[in-house]
Amino acid sequence: MIRLLDVRKGFNLAKPNEYIAVSGVTLTIEANRVTVFKGPSGSGKTTLLSLIGCMTRPTSGRIELMDNLPLINGILRDNGETNRLEVTSLPERFLTEIRRRLFGFIFQQFNLIKGITVLENIMLPSYPLGRKHGFVTERAHALIDTFGLGARASAKVEWLSGGEAQRVAIARALMNDPPVIIADEPTAHLDSKLSVEFMEIISGLKNQGKTIIIASHDPLVFEAGMIDRIINVRDGMLYGSGT
Amino acid sequence: MSNLIEKQRSILDFTLSSLMRRKAKNISLFLVYSLVVFVLGSAMFFTQAMKREASLILKEAPEMVIQRLLCGRYEPVPLDYLERIKNIRGVISADYRLWGYYYDPAAGSNYTLMVPRNNPPARGKIVIGNGIARNRMLYREDILSFRGYNGINHNFEVDDILSSESELVSADLMLISEEDFRDFFGLSPAAATDIVATVRNQKELITIANKISELLPDTRPVIRDEMIRTYDSVFDWRGGILIVLISMAMLSFVIFAWEKASGLSAEERREIGILKAIGWETSDVIAVKTYEGAIISFFSFCTGLLLAYGHVFFTSAFLFAPALKGWSVIYPDFRITPYIDPYQVVVLFLLTVVPYTAATVVPSWRSAIIDPDSVMRL
Repeated sequence: MIRLLDVRKGFNLAKPNEYIAVSGVTLTIEANRVTVFKGPSGSGKTTLLSLIGCMTRPTSGRIELMDNLPLINGILRDNGETNRLEVTSLPERFLTEIRRRLFGFIFQQFNLIKGITVLENIMLPSYPLGRKHGFVTERAHALIDTFGLGARASAKVEWLSGGEAQRVAIARALMNDPPVIIADEPTAHLDSKLSVEFMEIISGLKNQGKTIIIASHDPLVFEAGMIDRIINVRDGMLYGSGT
Repeated sequence: MSNLIEKQRSILDFTLSSLMRRKAKNISLFLVYSLVVFVLGSAMFFTQAMKREASLILKEAPEMVIQRLLCGRYEPVPLDYLERIKNIRGVISADYRLWGYYYDPAAGSNYTLMVPRNNPPARGKIVIGNGIARNRMLYREDILSFRGYNGINHNFEVDDILSSESELVSADLMLISEEDFRDFFGLSPAAATDIVATVRNQKELITIANKISELLPDTRPVIRDEMIRTYDSVFDWRGGILIVLISMAMLSFVIFAWEKASGLSAEERREIGILKAIGWETSDVIAVKTYEGAIISFFSFCTGLLLAYGHVFFTSAFLFAPALKGWSVIYPDFRITPYIDPYQVVVLFLLTVVPYTAATVVPSWRSAIIDPDSVMRL
């Protein structure tokens, strides 16, 4: 479970171009569910995902993590916590550690690193963990097989089709076997067929017990059968089943 | 511990693939970097080797040379000074020397004419240095004609040509007999160019020099150590001029390196954002950039240094020799003995590798501390 308490995020504060992306959001996201933030562009969906995924800190408010805490035992111990962790006041290195162990990210533009192979791209999140090279390669190959990318393992990512790049991005997000997957507009660059395929993959991940948080304004996403909860976002605030 | 090694290994793997991805940029950096190290290294090796060569030759030089001064300028020494110097306690022997310079308008060169102490050539004969022979295309038994002090031409027959082993000092050297020397320059039989002396106890050199100065106030005794120092400073000065010029090249390189290494492209900044977003720490990103800088630096440094070594010690620094060797237009042609001063290599390393690595790391650090969420908005 991830809990947001009166979270607010502003940019360029006290400047003429000040902008409040998220305004007083209180929200609980249940584990092992698929939650979708639905809303138009500029509504604050991406900022919410960044806050939940510990990529940025809120201007005010609290964000608490309550599940899968054994994965970040060291941080809990250092902060004297046992059954929940308030992340907004943690230093950057702890946020990085949490991001690495608890979250897998699928970006709108896929954000694969050009010039290196599919295999290397998938292995990237595991490098800072210092795991054995053999183990990492084996795990990456297993993901490649799972997503039907076997023939493309040694291809450079710029040679891939949109669907293949999307699957590589998913495989990379799963590399460290995180309990939470965060996907920002994952179907924005896919046709309907590939979007349906993507949602099938998400369904499979849900069945594996992953918590999925998606931001999208694509009906193919929020009308999919496996979605447990839809949260409407507009002007940085939640509407409907927000809390 | 094994985790740390695996982590560094993975980061190094990624660094190497990063270098391969930006081949054109990295190859151009490597070439410019190697060129700068090559030029600086050549100047350094050359200056050092020449200083060493000169000091080796000077070891054979007389312990003390006594010159006469008039109005603060050099003047021939009267030969009666010789006996007075010999009579000083501690002086084992003293002898006069005859040598001088001659400008040859035909070749546009300055020659050093000298009367050797042992086995001087016969009257009318001349022994010449390799440089002169090369320059004027002379062989044994050829005739050389020089205009004497009084405008009369003197003809000398080439008796021998000096071997190339001692060419640093003998390229522009000519040996003639004492009679020819005096006739040619109009030097009185009662005078010599200077006097050389040897002393019994090396520790007394300065004391004896002082005694000579007191006894013969118009003379200036020059001891060997002073000559070595003069040679050192001459070569330092020549090397210094080159280093000033090279410093400009170096500065251009620093600007180039800064531009190339520090000007992270939008693509590189995007990559740093992605790496941070997927869980890389700032220190991991900096490690990648440090490895990149260190790999380019190290290989360029080694390549530049090896090329400089080859240039100086195998081709006798053919690119710099005219600027650094001798002052005559006759350039010595000899193989420099390899000699490397480790201290200077370390200095060169610190002057090139450290600034370059810093130029690589600082901007990466600045990019690496950005919030990883910026990648969500790409």
